[in-house]
Amino acid sequence: MNLQVDVQEKDCVHVFRIVGEIDAFTAPTLKERLDQVADQPQCQAVLDFSEVDYMDSTGLGVFVAFYKRVKAVDGSVKIVGLNKRLKRLFEITGLDDIVEIEMESRDVNGTV
Amino acid sequence: MAPFDYIEIKVPAKAQYVGVARLTISGLASRLGFTYDEIEDLKIASSEAITNAVRHAYDEDEEGEIVVGCALYEDKLEIMVADHGQSFNFEETKKQVGPYTETESDVQLLREGGLGLYLMETLMDDVKVHHEKGVTVFMTKYLGRERGEADVKQTAYS
Repeated sequence: MNLQVDVQEKDCVHVFRIVGEIDAFTAPTLKERLDQVADQPQCQAVLDFSEVDYMDSTGLGVFVAFYKRVKAVDGSVKIVGLNKRLKRLFEITGLDDIVEIEMESRDVNGTV
Repeated sequence: MAPFDYIEIKVPAKAQYVGVARLTISGLASRLGFTYDEIEDLKIASSEAITNAVRHAYDEDEEGEIVVGCALYEDKLEIMVADHGQSFNFEETKKQVGPYTETESDVQLLREGGLGLYLMETLMDDVKVHHEKGVTVFMTKYLGRERGEADVKQTAYS
């Protein structure tokens, strides 16, 4: 029930490695970390969800807010490492049509 | 009336206990024999209901408690989440929770709940909301009923 967010910057791309569960308790931690880069001009962010065990609408809410802010500064957001469960969450909420999601080949069975 | 086991937990209306309640429900669903995917659905739906209750308590600026009641039947799991902190007679409260209709208070709740309520309705087989003396959410999931694409008629953003 904890969340850890590591950020690495490489070639002006911020890569967020998110580890743990994203819910009402941990979402503020994720928001705080994302806020640090959200308004940088032409911010490029990659969110790695491959070690996220659980996420609900609070996580989606944080993500949507971040996505809007990044788009406002002509930046880009890419999501990688969604397992089958998380991908379904993006699909049923329609977010998969809006954001760029890169499926990783090693994760075809939804088991990381 | 089929016999059932009833488990009730009461947690402070604080975000750090949403995960605790979620784990409890996950354990109960596992006992009933739900599949991995169904248990994940139950975890999200119940977390949404409990998170809404936590937010409601914060809005009202009160240190409330949330009661989560789970009734385990042979073929289904019923979950009731109440934000007023009072234990309830499960059967009695169940009778009072009407079908979900778009009355003004429900629309208000829908707005407050937003994506959360949409997810509850998508991931569970049945969701009812009762709005009196606080908000009570009552939801049911049956064993062995995979939610297919047909249940996702429209997306939250369409």
